[in-house]
Amino acid sequence: MLLSSVVFFPALCALLLSLWPVQKLLKSFALFLSLIEFGISLFILSQFDVSTASLQMVEKYPWIERFGINYFLGIDGLSIWLVMLTTFLMPIVILGSWNSIEKKWKGFLACLFVLQTAMIGTFLAIDAIFFYFFWELSLVPMYFIIGIWGGQRRIYATVKFFIYTMLGSVLMLVAMIYMMFLTEQAFGTMSASLLDFYRLNIPFVGGQFFSLQTLLFFAFSLAFAIKVPMFPFHTWLPDAHVEAPTPGSVILAGVMLKMGTYGFLRWVIPLFPEATEYWAWLFIFVAVLGIVYGALVAMVQTDIKKLVAYSSVSHMGYVILGLFSMNSFGFTGGLYQMLNHGVSTGALFLLVGMIYERTHSREISKYGGLANVLPFYSIGFFIVTLSSIAVPLTNGFVGEFLILLGSYASNPVFTYVAVLGVVLGAVYMLWMFKRVFFGPESVLIKEHPLHDLSVREYFVLVPLVVLIFWMGVFPKQFLGFSKTSIDHLVAHRSDYILMVQGQEGKQP
Amino acid sequence: MYNLNWFSQIGLQHYLLLSSALFICGMAGVLLRKNAIVILMSIELMLNAVNISFVAFSHYQSKLEGQIMVFFVMTIAAAEAAVGLAIMVSIFKRFREVNIRFFERLKG
Amino acid sequence: MNHPLLIAVLILAPLIGFLINGLRYQKNSANLSGILATSAAVLSFFVSVILVSEIFSLPQESRKIVVQFFEWIHVDSFRVNFGFLLDPLNSIMILIITGVGSLIHLFSIGYMSHDHGAAKYFAYLNLFLFNMLILVLADNLLVMFVGWEGVGLCSYLLIGFWFKDSQKAAAGMKAFVTNRVGDAAFLLGIFILFLTFGTVQFSDLVAMAPSVAEVSWWGPITLGTLFLFVGATGKSAQIPLYVWLPDAMAGPTPVSALIHAATMVTAGVYMIIRLNPLFLAAPNTMAVIAVIGVLTAVVAACIGLLQNDIKKILAYSTVSQLGYMFLACGVGAFGAALFHLMTHAFFKALMFLGSGSVIHAMHEEQDVRKMGGLKKYLPITHATFFIGWLAIIGMPPFAGFFSKDEILGMSFQSPYGNAAFWALGVFGAILTAFYMTRLMALTFWGKARFSDKLHPHESPWTMTLPLCVLAFLSAVGGWIGIPHVIGELLPGHPENFLEKFLEHSILPILDLPKAMPTMEYLLMGTSVLLAALSAYFAYTMYLLKPEWPKKLADKFRPLHELVSNKFYVDEIYESSLIQPLIQLSKNIWLYVDVNLIDKTTYVVSDLTKGCGGFVRILQNGNAQTYATYISIGIVLILSILLMR
Repeated sequence: MLLSSVVFFPALCALLLSLWPVQKLLKSFALFLSLIEFGISLFILSQFDVSTASLQMVEKYPWIERFGINYFLGIDGLSIWLVMLTTFLMPIVILGSWNSIEKKWKGFLACLFVLQTAMIGTFLAIDAIFFYFFWELSLVPMYFIIGIWGGQRRIYATVKFFIYTMLGSVLMLVAMIYMMFLTEQAFGTMSASLLDFYRLNIPFVGGQFFSLQTLLFFAFSLAFAIKVPMFPFHTWLPDAHVEAPTPGSVILAGVMLKMGTYGFLRWVIPLFPEATEYWAWLFIFVAVLGIVYGALVAMVQTDIKKLVAYSSVSHMGYVILGLFSMNSFGFTGGLYQMLNHGVSTGALFLLVGMIYERTHSREISKYGGLANVLPFYSIGFFIVTLSSIAVPLTNGFVGEFLILLGSYASNPVFTYVAVLGVVLGAVYMLWMFKRVFFGPESVLIKEHPLHDLSVREYFVLVPLVVLIFWMGVFPKQFLGFSKTSIDHLVAHRSDYILMVQGQEGKQP
Repeated sequence: MYNLNWFSQIGLQHYLLLSSALFICGMAGVLLRKNAIVILMSIELMLNAVNISFVAFSHYQSKLEGQIMVFFVMTIAAAEAAVGLAIMVSIFKRFREVNIRFFERLKG
Repeated sequence: MNHPLLIAVLILAPLIGFLINGLRYQKNSANLSGILATSAAVLSFFVSVILVSEIFSLPQESRKIVVQFFEWIHVDSFRVNFGFLLDPLNSIMILIITGVGSLIHLFSIGYMSHDHGAAKYFAYLNLFLFNMLILVLADNLLVMFVGWEGVGLCSYLLIGFWFKDSQKAAAGMKAFVTNRVGDAAFLLGIFILFLTFGTVQFSDLVAMAPSVAEVSWWGPITLGTLFLFVGATGKSAQIPLYVWLPDAMAGPTPVSALIHAATMVTAGVYMIIRLNPLFLAAPNTMAVIAVIGVLTAVVAACIGLLQNDIKKILAYSTVSQLGYMFLACGVGAFGAALFHLMTHAFFKALMFLGSGSVIHAMHEEQDVRKMGGLKKYLPITHATFFIGWLAIIGMPPFAGFFSKDEILGMSFQSPYGNAAFWALGVFGAILTAFYMTRLMALTFWGKARFSDKLHPHESPWTMTLPLCVLAFLSAVGGWIGIPHVIGELLPGHPENFLEKFLEHSILPILDLPKAMPTMEYLLMGTSVLLAALSAYFAYTMYLLKPEWPKKLADKFRPLHELVSNKFYVDEIYESSLIQPLIQLSKNIWLYVDVNLIDKTTYVVSDLTKGCGGFVRILQNGNAQTYATYISIGIVLILSILLMR
C-alpha cells in the first residue's frame, strides 16, 4: 500500500485542489499536502531494507491479463533516492513559486501534483506498459505548465518539448511491445513485467546494427537520451527552461531529466548487457562531447536561465559518462550526480526565479554589483554555485569525483577530455557570478527597490543549502541505501536478475 | 451479332438502365448543384430511381416485397421532402439565400 | 593527551570563527570581529604548539599522530576517511600556518580598521586557515584535495574582496580558474595513483613506492606524479600557470602576505615533499620539476626587475622563490625545499606586511616611483623591511642565506642536479638581489617623491608588532638548519636540527657524493659575493646615479619593453587561448546549436507539415466533395468486385 499511496496521493491532491472551493489558503493547503507526501516518502525511507538488492514493498495486481500487463510497483536502491528527491523538491517548489505564478493557481497546482504522480510512478513502475503510462503522463502536465504559465515563446517551447520527447518514447513503446512478444516465445505466456524482461536472452550480434538486441537497445536509448538530454538531442532543453515558469524549470531540471538517466540505469544497461558493452564507447563519446559542448555554450549565453540550462547538458553528460563506465564508481557517481544535479540546479533555477521576480530581467549584461545590494541572496547563490562547480565538501564533488574515477578506470583517454569540464564549469559559473554580482551597481539594480531574502525565501533556500553540505560531507548516509543494488548490478551485469523481496527462492 | 430484340422487347435490363440513368442524374445533382432546393429535388430523383428498380425486380421475380418497399420509400421521401423544404424555408427566411456555399461554416 | 580532540580544536577553531563572523557579519564592528578571528587563530596556534611538543616527546622513529574522524566516501575498493596525520614534516607547516597566520590576523586588525567589510574579511581569513590546516594535516590525497580547493576558494574570495572594482573581481576569477586547471590535473593524478596502488593514503603510497625508479615517461608513477605536479604548478604559481599570482595582488595586502606568500602558494611544494618517495621513484618527473622550478625562478626574477608596483615586485619575487623550492624538490633536496619554504614564509610575509604598512601610510599608493625617503617616516617598518631584504638576498647569517644556499649547493651536488641548475640558480639570486635592492632604494631611501600634502606616519602597534616578530624570525629562523660545514666552525658545533628532525619523513638522496668542505665554501662564497655585488650595483644605479636606469632602458629598448611587459605572457594567453575559446563557443552555439541541430529538426517538421498540407487539400470541409469521394469510392469498390 505504501508505494501506491506515494504514487497516487499527489493525484488525489490534484483532485482535491481542483475541487477546493475558495481561493484563499489554496497555496497553504497545497504546501501542506506536499509535506504529507514528503512524510510518506520519509516513512518509506525508514522502512527500506538496505541489506537486499531485491525489489521491496512490491505491489502487483493484474491489469490487462490477456497481455500479462500488471499494476506493478516496487522500490530498490536505484530508485529510492529519486523518489525522495521528487517528494523533497515539491514543497520547495510550491513555496518557491508563491509569488511567481500570477494566474490560474488551481490549475497550476493540479498540474504540479499530477506531474509528481507521473514522476514517482516512472521511478517505481516495474511493468513496461505501466512505466510507459507514467512516462507519457509526465509530459501532459509539463506541457500545460510551460504552455500556460510560461514566457513569451511558451507555445513554441512547449510544442518542441512535447514532440521531441514523444518522438523518442514511441520507439520505446514499439520495443516494449516487441519484448512482450519475446516473453511469450520464451516463457509461454506474454508478460510486460520488467523482471521477466530481465530473464530474456536476446540474441546479440556484434558489429551488426540490424540485429535484435542492438535495435531494441537503440530504441530504448533514444527515448532516454532525448529525455536526459544528450548531445545532439538537447536543443529542446534551453528553450523549455527559458520559457518555463520557475517551478516548471525546477521540476524539469530537478527531476524530469533524471527520468532519462534512471531509464538507462534501470532498463537499458541491465536489459541489453552485450549491446551496452559494445556501444558504450559511443555513449561515452557523446557524453564527453556533451560535457565540453554544454560548458562551452553555457559560457557565452546572455540569459542566466539559458546558461543554467546548458550547464544541465554538461552535468547530465557526467551522469551518462558515469553510467556507461559500468563499474561501481561510475554507477554510484552517476546515481549521486543525479541527486546533486537535482538539488543544485533546482536551487539555481529557484534563485534565478527570485531575482527575476524582483527585476523582471534575466539578461546577464543588465546586472552587476548585486552582491552589494543583496548580500544574503548572494551568499546563497554562491554556495549553490560552488555545488554546481563541484568544490569539495559540497555534494557536487562526490558525484563528479566518483564519475571521473570510474571513467578513468574504464576509459582513460575520454577522461582526459572530460576533466576539461571541471575547468570550464568553473569558468562559466564564476564568469556569470562575476558579471551579475560583482562590479559596480548597474542601472537595472539601481532602478528597482531590491530587498534581500524574505522569510519564505529562507525556507526555500536553507533546506537546499543544508542538503548541499550534508550530501558533501556525509555521502555515506545516502550511498548506503543504494550500495547493495549497485553492487548487485555490477556483479551480475551480464545476467542481471531482479527478485521480489520474500520470493527470492521461488523460480517464477 | 447485333441483337435487334434488345430494342423491340422491353426487359428487366431496360428498367435497370433507366433506373441507373435516373440515379446518376440525381447523384450528379446532389454532388454538383449548389442550390439547396435543386439538391432536394435531386434526392427525390435518386429515390425514385431506386423505386423503379424495386418495382422492376418485383415484377420480374413475381414477388410483392419490392412493391411494398416502394411505399416505404415514397413515405420516407415525402417526409424527407417535407422536413428538408421546411428547413430550407426557414433558412431562406433567415438568410435570404439557398445556395449551400453560403453556409460553409464548418470548413476545417 | 587527547589527540583527536586537539586536532579537532586545531582545525575547527578557525571554522567556528568563520561561522560566527560570517553569519553576523553585518552587525559586528571591525575591531570586534578582528579580535574574534585573531583569537581563533591564536587558539589554533597554541594547540599546534601543544601538538608539536607532543610530537617531540615521542621517540624519533614513531613521531606520528594519526586521527581518523569518520568515513567520507566508501565505494567498492575506494575508501577515504576524514583522517589526519601529524608528523615532523607538517608540524613545521602547522606552526608556520597558525603562527604566521595569527600575526597576519593581528596585523589585519589595524589594516582593515576602516573597511566596512572587515567582518567578512576576517571570516574569509579564518576559513582560509581552516582549509589550509586540512590541506597540510590530511592523511590522504582526497582530504588534501579538500583543503587544496578550499584554499583556492578562499583565495578567490579574498582577491576579489573589493568586488565593486570589476578588475579585482576578475583577478579573483583568474586565480580560481587557473588553479582549477591545476586541480583538474591533480584529480587525474589521484585517479592514476589510486588505480595503480589501490589507495590514496599517504602512508600506504609512501610505503608502496617502489625502490626501483621508473624509467618510462608513460609509466603510471611518472604520469601520476607529473599530473600532481601540474596541480602544484597551479597552486604554487609555476610556469606555465603562474600568471594568476601577480594579479592576485588586487586583494588586501595582509592576504597577499598570508595566502600568496607564506602559506597557500607553498602547498604544491608541501605536497611534493609529502609524497617524496613517490616522486623519487619517477626520475623523469623530478627532472621536469627541477627544470620548471629553475626556469620559473629566473623568469619571474627577470620580470620583477622592472615592475613598479611594490606588491607586484614582491609577487614576482614570490614566484621566483617558489621556483627555488621546486628546484630543490626536483634535485631531491626535499629538506632544503621545506627549509626554504619556512624561511621564505618568514621574510616574504614580513615584506608583504611591510609593504602593507607602506601602502597604508601612503594612502593606497602602490607605485614605488611615487615613494622614496620613507625611512624617515616609517622607522620600524624600514628597519624590519631591511632585515627582510638581507634575508631574501641571502646575506649570512640571515634566514634566507642558509636555505637558499642549501638549495644551490644541492642543485650542484645532488645526482639529480648539475652545474647548469646551479648557475641558473645563482643568476636568479643575482637578479633577486638587484630587484630587492631597487625596491628598498626606491621606497625607503633617497629623496621623497610624493606630494607634500601626504604625511606618512608609522602604523599602530597591531601592525608593527607582527613586523617585529617576523623580522626576528627572518633573522634567526635559518639557524635551525645550519649546514655541517659551517656548524663545524662555530663554537659548540651546532648540528643541523632540521635535517635530524625530518630524518624519518624524507628519504635521503641515495649515492649523494660526500660533501667536500672547500667545494661548499666555494659555492657559498660565490653566490653571496655575486648577490652582494648585484645589490651594490642596484644601489648605485637607483640612488647614486639616478640617470642610469633611463639610459640603460634607452639603450636596450626592445629588451626593456619585453621585460617590463612581463614577456607578454598574459597577452599571449589572452589572444591564443581565451579569445579563441570564447569565439569557438559563440560559433558552435550559433552554428551547431541554433543552425545545424535546430534547422535539421525544422526540416523534419517542415516535411511532416508538407505531407499534412498535401493531405489537407482533400479535406476541404465541403460535404458535397466528401460525397463525391464516397461515390467514387463505391464505384471503384463495386467495379473491382465485379471485375474479379
